[in-house]
Amino acid sequence: MSPEKTRTSLLIKGGHLIDPVARIDAPMDVLLKDGRVAEVAAPNKIKGGADEKFDARGLVVAPGFIDLHVHLREPGQVHKETIATGTAAAAAGGFTSVCTMPNTVPVVDSVEWVEWLRQPERGAVVNVFAIAAATRASKGATLTDFRALQTAGAIAVTDDGKPILDDSIMREALVLGGELNFPVVQHAEDTRMTENCCMHAGARSFRLGLRGMTAAAEASVVERDVQLAMHIPNARLHVAHLSTGDALKSVRRGRRAKARVTCEVTPHHFTLTDEDMRDYDSNYKMNPPLRSKSDLEAILAALADGTVDAIATDHAPHAAHEKEMEFERAAFGITGLETALGLAITRLHREKHIPLARIVELFTAGPARCFDFRGRGSLVRGSIADVTIFDPKKKWTFEAAKSRSKSKNTPFDGWSLTGKVVATIVGGRIVHSA
Amino acid sequence: MNPARGSLLGIEHMEAAEILKLLKFARRMNPDHARPLLKGKRVMLLFYEASTRTRSSFEIAAKSLGAHTVLIQAMGSSIEKGESLLDTGYTVRAVGADIIVIRHPNAGAPYVMAQHIDVPVINAGDGLHEHPSQALLDAYTILRNKKTFKGLQVTIVGDIFHSRVARSACHLLSKFDVKIILCGPPELVPEIATTLAPGVRVTRHIEDALRGTDVIMLLRVQSERLAGMKIDLPEYIARYQMTPARLKMAKKDAIVMHPGPIIRGLELTSEIADGVQARILEEVHNGVPTRMAILARAMGKMR
Repeated sequence: MSPEKTRTSLLIKGGHLIDPVARIDAPMDVLLKDGRVAEVAAPNKIKGGADEKFDARGLVVAPGFIDLHVHLREPGQVHKETIATGTAAAAAGGFTSVCTMPNTVPVVDSVEWVEWLRQPERGAVVNVFAIAAATRASKGATLTDFRALQTAGAIAVTDDGKPILDDSIMREALVLGGELNFPVVQHAEDTRMTENCCMHAGARSFRLGLRGMTAAAEASVVERDVQLAMHIPNARLHVAHLSTGDALKSVRRGRRAKARVTCEVTPHHFTLTDEDMRDYDSNYKMNPPLRSKSDLEAILAALADGTVDAIATDHAPHAAHEKEMEFERAAFGITGLETALGLAITRLHREKHIPLARIVELFTAGPARCFDFRGRGSLVRGSIADVTIFDPKKKWTFEAAKSRSKSKNTPFDGWSLTGKVVATIVGGRIVHSA
Repeated sequence: MNPARGSLLGIEHMEAAEILKLLKFARRMNPDHARPLLKGKRVMLLFYEASTRTRSSFEIAAKSLGAHTVLIQAMGSSIEKGESLLDTGYTVRAVGADIIVIRHPNAGAPYVMAQHIDVPVINAGDGLHEHPSQALLDAYTILRNKKTFKGLQVTIVGDIFHSRVARSACHLLSKFDVKIILCGPPELVPEIATTLAPGVRVTRHIEDALRGTDVIMLLRVQSERLAGMKIDLPEYIARYQMTPARLKMAKKDAIVMHPGPIIRGLELTSEIADGVQARILEEVHNGVPTRMAILARAMGKMR
């Protein structure tokens, strides 16, 4: 759904345009008109006036960022987040489109709930795309009505929060998804191996006396899913929040066999390891957990070499009382919308020298390809006027207390980051400016 | 918030000198002739999990020093009604607690408490993580029997994975360069245990573990924590039970320790439990002066 279409025009002048689809990484002016990209041209070459001008000197102009994985907590858990507060945080983080997960109360497993999410009363300030449940109530037993959900506007299906564990149900989901060209998103975790576990299984979990989730619990499900996808015509498998080196191997094997396998990685998995948690701080507790150093190295390599399609935040807000407790009992998940770009530029670009153009791709064209976002992920003429403008050199300090999200559960409170969103434009209208 | 001065959350981050100081101070503690170092103080014993030895010895230790004690158990308190850990902490603080002693089934619970409550928090055992007062009383017992840590070899046999006693013991002994050998089946003694502290070695063979050792610490197989793990008990007994024949492999003057509760016929035979080399009851006895020292330290009275 897109917020009200604007009838005005906006000229973004003097910026450095990075549009991986159009293969542009150069100074360009961009004219937005009637909610679309009207013209992209060399500096000062766009003739005629515009109702508004945006001075983008020294800034990067990019297609609007797309987050494939957020938990907006509606319906049912408004004490954690609402669509209004979650999308305000998204706008502040430069995201013009977010995909909201169905593990709400109740689970979004019907056409009615998918439509409810898209109603203007929800107060979304960026585009919200629904990912619907793959099985009824995400219980893993009976597939939902993929065709009806897709027609109602759902962009993919998942049982996120839980895996689709049963072999035959996963096979059926991939078969049906293949017929409809509908991605099946897997939360890859063999929950039979992770009961009562709350962090990565390794030296650190042993030392802390916490039961650990093995890397194999993720990798074995990804391997099975890739094997299935390789043998089902047109099946589309998307691996959510991939966190282990072994799972990447399976993804690569699937790609080589021409299977349609895509994957996303979160900022916290390319930034932190299991060694970083201190004093049982549950702001370091999420699922999948922070992994080992070698997993992090593998993820960094895969972000650079193209194996990873998208950076997705897995923004998972929780109220303070659901986090400030015994580590083993605290809720899984951290917020992430407002720190994603800063972490990407700080860790991936400045420290690991991944080109900015590749980072932009991971936020735009990459995710757009995963779920077929039409008219998004690029600023070629005629595209939807979703634009993210950021300052790649700006140093700033993230303060959780000032977050737009209703929840403050983040391990990045007080972190110094480089790279900050300056303006977020949705459908030609500025919805956030710093 | 940083933990209040005097808190005892674990052995891992404690300095060797501080440990020695505490053990030395413990030798001066006598429950029958104690100075009232904690006169008028309130010690809250917050027990979320069953305990006999630890609870009673903390209680006796506190009372010997002149403190009042209040025991709060999960059963029969607001904890049962769903009160959160921190709310219970704030409540006992508001009542006037000067020290909180906490036993909890979740690793790290005392850390969470200590970060929010401004009185010393003493970890009386947290999940699989640490049991610092047990490690200190065991160190006290070892020193009483062996005089020094120098050149010692300590063998720990049994369920290391589920043992907070073993984790704390490894951290403590390692700080004094003691050779530590962990022995048991892979399910209970994973290879990763060697990363716990310098000087820790793992073996599957009891003969290898016992040869020339000075101290044998036995652990109970914690069936309540196994969480689906299948342990073949007859096999365990055949391979790892401490018997008089096996004890002969150790040094002649080796001592046998056990944090209790012991299960006769499982990890040890009655001949071992009641034998001359056993120090199991001495450990319990030493728990009182050690915990007196811990409580006095919490109130800044360790001088």
